[in-house]
Amino acid sequence: MNSPGQDFIQHLINGISLGSIYALIALGYTMVYGILQLINFAHSDVYMVGAFAAYFAAKLLGLNNSPGIATLAILLIASMVACSVLGLAIERFAYRPLRKAPKLNILITAIGVSLLLQFSCQIFFGADPKVFPNVIEDGVLTEVFGVPLKMNDVSVLAVTLVAMLSLHFLIYHTKLGRAMRAVSQNRTVASLMGVNPDRIISFTFIVGSSLAGIGSVLVGMKYPKIDPLMGLMIGMKAFVAAVLGGIGNIMGAVLGGLLMGLSEQMVVGYLSSTYRDALAFGILIVILIFKPSGLLGKGGVEKV
Amino acid sequence: MSNSSNSPLLEVKNLNVFYGSIHALKGISFHVNKGEVVSLIGANGAGKTTTLRAISGIAEAQGEIRFKGNLLNPIPAHDRVSLGLAQSPEGRGVFAQMSVYENLEMGAYFRSDRAEILKDIEMSFQLFPRLKERAKQLSGTLSGGEQQMLAICRALMARPDLLLLDEPSLGLAPKIVAQIFEIILDLNKKGMTVLLVEQNAKMALKSSHRAYVIETGLVTMEGRGQDLLNDDNVRRSYLGA
Repeated sequence: MNSPGQDFIQHLINGISLGSIYALIALGYTMVYGILQLINFAHSDVYMVGAFAAYFAAKLLGLNNSPGIATLAILLIASMVACSVLGLAIERFAYRPLRKAPKLNILITAIGVSLLLQFSCQIFFGADPKVFPNVIEDGVLTEVFGVPLKMNDVSVLAVTLVAMLSLHFLIYHTKLGRAMRAVSQNRTVASLMGVNPDRIISFTFIVGSSLAGIGSVLVGMKYPKIDPLMGLMIGMKAFVAAVLGGIGNIMGAVLGGLLMGLSEQMVVGYLSSTYRDALAFGILIVILIFKPSGLLGKGGVEKV
Repeated sequence: MSNSSNSPLLEVKNLNVFYGSIHALKGISFHVNKGEVVSLIGANGAGKTTTLRAISGIAEAQGEIRFKGNLLNPIPAHDRVSLGLAQSPEGRGVFAQMSVYENLEMGAYFRSDRAEILKDIEMSFQLFPRLKERAKQLSGTLSGGEQQMLAICRALMARPDLLLLDEPSLGLAPKIVAQIFEIILDLNKKGMTVLLVEQNAKMALKSSHRAYVIETGLVTMEGRGQDLLNDDNVRRSYLGA
């Protein structure tokens, strides 16, 4: 029997672990929104394809049952590469031709791409769930106040932390990141400075999609069943996380993701898992009533 | 490709721009010689900003735009700045969520000579000490005048041969306007060629070697700045005299 305190810590660990995965995927939504003002509905399916890429990579390389750091690294890379290529292709062939079209047209295209991916994957991979390879031996690493700290959760946290720090460095401390921010703030003026907006937009899709790829491997580790519709719910929650934090805001996506993961685990722990999904959207509604631009979203009007 | 040295730095011939069904520029022609300050004056909506946008490549245009003798038309906007063409855009266009310092760095985006870039940032700070005080501040929090200074400095960071300025006086207090024009003249004395678009016709004409009056997408008058300043038609229409 665990004490109430130990229970709480357990829920906390689960919540942060889940929340950081939401955050990774939310970053993809928020970055693309920041640069194109587009809700990229296909993002959750890029994530799904990432899981399948890792699955097939493991199969191909015979890594199905050789858990370890090397396997994790290889599957992460496989998934990131597949997602990057897919994200890049979606941007190039579905969104770029519509760059000057009304926003609604691109939004509908995004929904179309999403459905196309879901159902073509059902044709190619089959609709039944597949068992994700055993990536990390999920032993107990250590105990925190008597609560077992599992290898899986630690890996999830370590990987997301590295990913987010790298992203932060990229965006705030490199020339490329400066160009990304410039294009998201004023595409026309950025081009006057010599920035090729199309190239920056492509790069943004690569980064966002890679993060989704990382997320898909981490989810595969925690819930090792994958199927072509697996992106639906988690994509929706990550999107909610992005909106909650203030869409377009990088820190907001991280905050929103953690908030979603934590509250979901707390509901599962103390109320009932029946309410876990209802809660996510409940939080969204409540926060948007009081702060329509999201927690860290730009409030007020920009000075001109 | 380059012409002889006495050809104009910028030559615009029969420039036409359409915004949907609106014929915004109806065949504008003018030129800017090296070392000149040339201004385009005219009322709101006459096509001055559109002309600058066509030159820097952010508005689609028909006609001929030659810079240093080379045809600019097929070159995308983001490849024009490295040819020596920098613009301080309409409404200043500072990156509001970036610091003053980062805005200046953006101005030198296509350059890779790090040491020289740092020197140029230092020069911007000497030109407008206010910017140095606010180097780390988000540029969206600057006053209008400071944003205008930043936009001009950011354009200078490209080390252009031709500086395009879109309404540098717009919305600013007279004292700041005078200061900005002083800087423009100073830059010109040091060899900078400037193409200026202004509604403040008096200030623009006083500071320009030559000027063109644009009305509803056409050049209706041209001449030396001083001559236009004394022209009865110009005085009546643009100087409120």
